[in-house]
Amino acid sequence: MQAKLSVVALSVAAAFALAACGQKEEPKPVAAPAAPISKPEVVVKLGHVAPMTGPQAHLGKDNENGARLAIDELNAQGMEIGGAKVKFELLAEDDQADPKQGSIVAQKLVDAKVNGVIGHLNSGTTIPASKLYSDAGIPQISGSATNPKYTQQGFKTAFRVMANDVQQGKALGEFAVKQGVKTVAIVDDRTAYGQGLADEFKKAAEAAGLKVVANEYTNDKATDFKAILTKIKSTKAELVFFGGMDAQGGPMAKQMKELGIKAKFLGGDGVCTPEFMKLGGEATEGNYCSLPGMPLEKLAKGPEFKDKFTKKFNAEIQLYAPYVYDAVMVMADSMKRADSVDPAKYLPAVGQTNYDGVTAMIQFDEFGDLKGGAISVYQYKGGKLEYVETLGGGAVAAVKEAVAEVKEAAAAGAEAVKGAAEATKAAVEKK
Amino acid sequence: MDIFLQQIINGLVQGSIYALVALGYTMVYGIMGLINFAHGEVVMIGTLVTITVAGLLIKVGMPVALAGLAGLIAAILCCMALGWGLERIAYRPLRNAPRLTPLITAIGMSIVLQNLAMIIWGRNYLTFPPLLPKMDFEFAGANFTLVQVVIVLVSAATMGGLLFLVYRTKLGMAMRATSQNPAVASLMGVNINRVIAAAFVIGSALGALAGVMVGTYYEIAHYQMGFMLGLKAFTAAVLGGIGNLAGAMLGGVLLGLIEALGAGYIGDLTGGFLGSHYQDIFAFVVLIVVLMFKPSGLFGEKTGDRA
Repeated sequence: MQAKLSVVALSVAAAFALAACGQKEEPKPVAAPAAPISKPEVVVKLGHVAPMTGPQAHLGKDNENGARLAIDELNAQGMEIGGAKVKFELLAEDDQADPKQGSIVAQKLVDAKVNGVIGHLNSGTTIPASKLYSDAGIPQISGSATNPKYTQQGFKTAFRVMANDVQQGKALGEFAVKQGVKTVAIVDDRTAYGQGLADEFKKAAEAAGLKVVANEYTNDKATDFKAILTKIKSTKAELVFFGGMDAQGGPMAKQMKELGIKAKFLGGDGVCTPEFMKLGGEATEGNYCSLPGMPLEKLAKGPEFKDKFTKKFNAEIQLYAPYVYDAVMVMADSMKRADSVDPAKYLPAVGQTNYDGVTAMIQFDEFGDLKGGAISVYQYKGGKLEYVETLGGGAVAAVKEAVAEVKEAAAAGAEAVKGAAEATKAAVEKK
Repeated sequence: MDIFLQQIINGLVQGSIYALVALGYTMVYGIMGLINFAHGEVVMIGTLVTITVAGLLIKVGMPVALAGLAGLIAAILCCMALGWGLERIAYRPLRNAPRLTPLITAIGMSIVLQNLAMIIWGRNYLTFPPLLPKMDFEFAGANFTLVQVVIVLVSAATMGGLLFLVYRTKLGMAMRATSQNPAVASLMGVNINRVIAAAFVIGSALGALAGVMVGTYYEIAHYQMGFMLGLKAFTAAVLGGIGNLAGAMLGGVLLGLIEALGAGYIGDLTGGFLGSHYQDIFAFVVLIVVLMFKPSGLFGEKTGDRA
C-alpha cells in the first residue's frame, strides 16, 4: 500500500517536473531578443528536498519557502560567476520524511546533475541521501538535519548550518537539571532525529545525576499516546522529554494533561514551533523547548527576514526557513568565491565559508558542522514562544560550560565524572 | 491496578472509534465483496468539514453546542454525498469487472481524496474546535474525560441502531438478500443499485460520525489522518470477520484494547527487550493467530461461493 502510494506520488512528482521543464522553455526566446548582446547565462540548478506531503508537510513547505526567498533574491541581484550571468533554479523534491523516498529523490537530483543540494529536512532522510551526494561529489547543505551522524560519516560534501543534537541534547540536559527535577521519562519517535536527540539528552541528564525512570517510544505518524503516557504516569516522572516533531508533541502534551500527569514537558527544535502550541493548546503553557541558534528577534538581520518572508508568502515562519535561506546563501557565496558553479571546484570554498547570515556567523569545522553553534531555550507562554536564555555558542561560553560541567560532575560522584570525561573527550575530539 | 484500569479505558475509547470506522468497511464488503479503501478518507473529510462549518459558525457567534451539531450534520450530509458519488462514479461501472479492478480503484480514490483535501484544506495541521465542555472524571485512580464517555456511548448506540436497521427493517432485509445473492435478490424485486448505494451512504454517514469523534478526541486534523485510521479499522474488520457487523464492532474494541495493553506492558513483559514502539506487533500477532485458526475472522461466516 505504502509502496503503491510512493510510486504514484513519484509519478505525479515526475509529471510536475516535466510540466515545469515544459514551462521553462517558453520565457527564453522572449528574453533572448530583449538582450541580444548580453553575456551568456548559466543556469545553476539547486536541489531542495523536504517532505511536501505527509504529517510534516507544513515544515517542508516552510523550508521550501526559505529556499525560494533566497533564490529569488539572488536572481534579482543578478550575480555573475566566471564571467557569466547566473540564474538560480530550484528543483524542489518531496521525500515524504521517508528514508527510502529520500534516497530515490536524491538519486533523481544526482541524475539531473544539480550543482548543489539544500536539505533534506529530516535527519533520517538526510543521512542515507548524503552518501549519494558524496559519491557524485555534489555539495549538500542542510538547514535542519541535526543528527550528529550526518557529518560524522567522513563525507566532504556534507554541511549543516545548525548546531547538532550533541550540543542540543547536552544543553537540554543541563536545562532540565536547572529546573530542579530529579526523575525524567524519555519518549522518542524512533526517527534518526528523535532517537538521536533523546539519546544525547539521556546521556547529558544521567551525567548530571538525573534518573531516567522510563524510556517509551512512538512513531512519527501517531496521534494517540495515552498508552505510553499511562505507563509514564505510573513511574511518577517529574519531567517528560520528547524527541520528535510538533505533530506528535502537541497532542502528546494535551493527552498528558487529560491523564492528570503533572510532569513538565520538554522538547527540542522539532516541537519549538507555532504549530506545536496550536495543537497542544493550553497544555503547552509554561513548558520549555530549545532551538539551535539565537531567536530571530535578537539577530541583526532577523526582523528584516521575518518581514520579507511574511510579505512574500503570507505565512508565518514555522521553523527552519531562515536556516534554509542561509544554506542557499552560503552555497551561492561559495560559488562566487570559487568563481565557479562546478561542484568539484566550489566545494573547497564551502568549507572556508565565512558568511554573515541571518541565523549566525556561518563558519564550518572540518566535519562540516557549524562552528560555535548556540542553543536557545524558549518557554511557551500565552500562545507564544518566549525566549528564555541561550546556552553555548562562541568559545567563551564553551569554556564556561565545560567548567560548569566539571563542577557538576564532581558533585555527582565517580560514575558521573566518567561520563563527563567521556563527553569532554568527545567534545575535544570534535574541536 | 489503577494503571491497568486506565489502559482499559484508553483501549476502549480507541477501540470504539476503530469499531465505528470498521462498520463502514464491513457493510460495503458484506454486500458487494469490495474493500473500500477510500473509507478512511471519508472519515478524514468528515472531520475537516466539521472544522470548517463549526469553526465558521462559532466565529459568527453561534453557541458552541449548536455550531458543533450543525458541523456534525454538515459532515454527515457531505460524507453521504461523497459515499454515494464514490459508488456511482468509481465502483458501479466496475461492478462486473474482475475483483482486483475495484480494489485498485479504491486505492486510487483514496489518493485522489487525500490530495483533494490537501488542496482544499492545505498541508498544515488544523485544530478541531472543542465542541464538548472539558470535564474530567476520576474513578479508582484512572482519569477520563467527558469526550471519552460520549465517544463510547455514541459508538454503542450507533452500532445498536445499525443492527436494528439491518435485521429489523425492509431495507435491511434487502441488504441481507443482496449480500447472499444479488442476482436472485434482484429477481425477487430488490433494487440492487439502490441497496448498494444505501450501504455506501450509511457507511459514509457512520464514517463522518467517527470523523467528528476523532476530531473531538484529539482536537487535531490533517489531510492524511484517514490513512492509518482506515488501515487499523480494516484490520479490526478482518479480525472480527469482514462482512459481519457484530464482528466489526468486536474486532474494533478488541484491537483498541490489545494496542493499549500491548504498548503499556510489552516493555515489562519482555524485560525491556521490546519497547512500546512494538505495540502494533501485539495487534498483528493476534490477527495472524485468529486468521490461522479461523480464516474468516472471529465472527466470520463461511461465505463459500459468494464474496
